[in-house]
Parts: sequence; C-alpha cells; structure tokens
Amino acid sequence: MSLGKEFIKGIWKENAVFKLLLGMCPVLAVTTSAENGLGMGLASTFVLVCSNIVVALLRKLIPSKVRIPAFIIIIATFVTVVQLSMEAWVYDLYQALGIFIPLIVVNCLILGRAEAFASKRPVLDAAVDGTGMGLGFTLALFILGAVREIFGSGEILGFALFGPGYQPVLLMILPPGAFISLGLLLAAMNKFEARKS
Amino acid sequence: MMKDMSRLLITLTLIAAGAGLILSMVESVTREPIKEQRRLQMLKALSAVLPEFNNSPDTDIVSLENGVDKKGNPVEVLFYRARKDGEIVGTAFTVVAPDGYSGNIAVMVGLKPDQSVNAIEILAHAETPGLGSKIEDPVFKDIFKGKSLDNADWRVKKDGGEFDQITGATISPRAIVGAVKKGLEFYRENRQKILAEGGQQ
Repeated sequence: MSLGKEFIKGIWKENAVFKLLLGMCPVLAVTTSAENGLGMGLASTFVLVCSNIVVALLRKLIPSKVRIPAFIIIIATFVTVVQLSMEAWVYDLYQALGIFIPLIVVNCLILGRAEAFASKRPVLDAAVDGTGMGLGFTLALFILGAVREIFGSGEILGFALFGPGYQPVLLMILPPGAFISLGLLLAAMNKFEARKS
Repeated sequence: MMKDMSRLLITLTLIAAGAGLILSMVESVTREPIKEQRRLQMLKALSAVLPEFNNSPDTDIVSLENGVDKKGNPVEVLFYRARKDGEIVGTAFTVVAPDGYSGNIAVMVGLKPDQSVNAIEILAHAETPGLGSKIEDPVFKDIFKGKSLDNADWRVKKDGGEFDQITGATISPRAIVGAVKKGLEFYRENRQKILAEGGQQ
C-alpha cells in the first residue's frame, strides 16, 4: 500500500472511533466541548506518532515474548512527556482534561497500532500510519465534542450560537449524551456508506 | 534457555533506562514553567478573592495546624495576608469540601478585616458539568459576598438557611456552604495568630 493510502485509511476507512470503535473511554468522557475533544485528540496523536516511530525503530531488537511490556513502557514515557508539557505550557487545557491525560496510556488504539502495525513495518510507514490514525481520532473527537457542545450548551468553541432564549439540552453534556451522539453519528455514517455502495 | 532469559531482561532494562533518561530531561525542562504556572494560578485566585492589595500575599503566609487527616498527620492551613501600604486589608485561605457530589471541592475564601466574606473562588472540582459545575458561576459565588458568621444562617435554603441552592444541584452548594462556614469558624478562633505581625515570611 502506498504512503498516501496508509495516511488516508486512518481518517476514513479505518477511522479509530467511527469504524474500529477503539479508545472509547476518552471518546465518551472528554468530548463535552469541541476544544476538549481537539486537545485530547492532539495529545493522543503526539503519543501515537512517537510510540509508532520508536516501536518501528526497535522492532528487530525487542524479543516477541516481552514486546507488550516494552510497548507499554514506550507509550507511558511519551504520555508523561505530554502530561508535563501540557502542565507547563497549556495549563488551562491540562486542567480541563485532568485524569484523562495519564489515561492515554491505556488507550487501546495506541497499543493496538504498535502491536498490529508499527512492530512489523519500517519507520516511515509507522510514522505515516500514526499520523493518519491520530488525526482521524482527533477529527472524530472534535466532531463529537462539537455536536455535544452545540446542543448541550448552545456554543461552539466558546462562542454563543443562539440567542439568549436558547434552552441548552443539558443531557447532551452529561454521560448519556456521549452515547446518544456517538450512536446517532455512527448510524448516519452507516446509512451514508450503505447508500454509496 | 538462560541466554534467552537474559536477553529478555537486558532488553527491558535498556528500554526502561532509556525511558528514564528521556523523562528526567523533560522534567528538568518543564520544572520551572510548571512552578510558574501554579504560582500564577494561585495569584489569580488570590486577586479574585481579596480586596485591592499591593504586597504579594503568596509569600506573606501564616500556617496553622487544623486537626489531623485520616492517617493522623496534622493538616496545615495556610493564610495569605493581603496588605495595602503595610496594613492588612484581607486574608485568604483554602477550604476543602469533602462532601461534594463527586470528590473534593477546593474553595478559596477571601475575608475582610471585619471577618465577612469578600469573595470566594472555586479552585478545583469534579462536579457534574451543567449541574453542579454551576458553582463556578458568578451568580452563585456572589451570594457569599458580605456574609459573615454573625449576619447569615450558613445553610442552603432547602435546609432552612439563606443560601440559594442551584436548580438541579443541592449537594454541591451545600458542601461549599458547610466548608466555608467551618473555615470562618477556624478563622475566628485563631484570629490573633493569623493577624500577628511577622508570621512566616
């Protein structure tokens, strides 16, 4: 497969959230606003790209018996790098995402790509795969966050959309809203795909 | 077999050592900015709850012990003193409400010299977005302005007091009202020590 295809597949055909349904914990938990979704997506993308590159670099040195612990050490390292950097330079976002930053370690999308892709491919392929997958994940979180923010607080990225008379649908910001929005988005996408074929 | 084993050990050790090296470098780069961010955060909260001052209250501190925590260690409460031209114009301290809807709520309280509340600020909470999280709204925080132990009944309206709860969320305001009240009582008991000159600079 060409590099371009490796990149595109993560955004649409094998989108982590909409197609593979991986990494649901941050997807459902932090998407109360578009900004939180975007921040979480970009932080995960950084970890995913870095861990994919390092895993691909070391793939011939890591014995298969200890590959999972090795991957987890690598992933945890980059998550800590992200956590410290966010606390140092984007403090507000750091506080908004809270406990979900360290929990990127257990996002199965990242371990999944290390195991299924990066440990078997050259470095460049792995980097492109990580970028595509990461951006697809970010896009999904952003869309979900935007939908919930528009209906749940009547805002988008903090700007009020409707007049002061708008009564926000609080449910959309609460946990059930995450499931409802994701379910409806998935249904819409499946309908779209079905019509196309 | 042994050789196999040692290879596994060596690989994992090397990876962990590499991880440690990278992390120690990142930590040393971010240490100062993180400290600065936390200090700014503190100063922002202090400016929000205290009357106008021209010293730096984050270094004009009196520390008192207030009971013990679950492990039996003494709990320290820090009192930040705001001064204008050397005169103390307000005192701020942090109270923690352990009985919020989800987890602790940390509140900073600023007092005027007459022991009435100047303002409060919510430092950290994990209340439900859209319901309990309305404790961050000025509408709620402003209820506390000017209230003291002598001129107010420190309960939410639902419990017969005079603090408006938030529609759909009584637990969070109740926790905060209770915690602020306790803070005011502790302040009253220790007023002499808190306002004593010198303190720990």
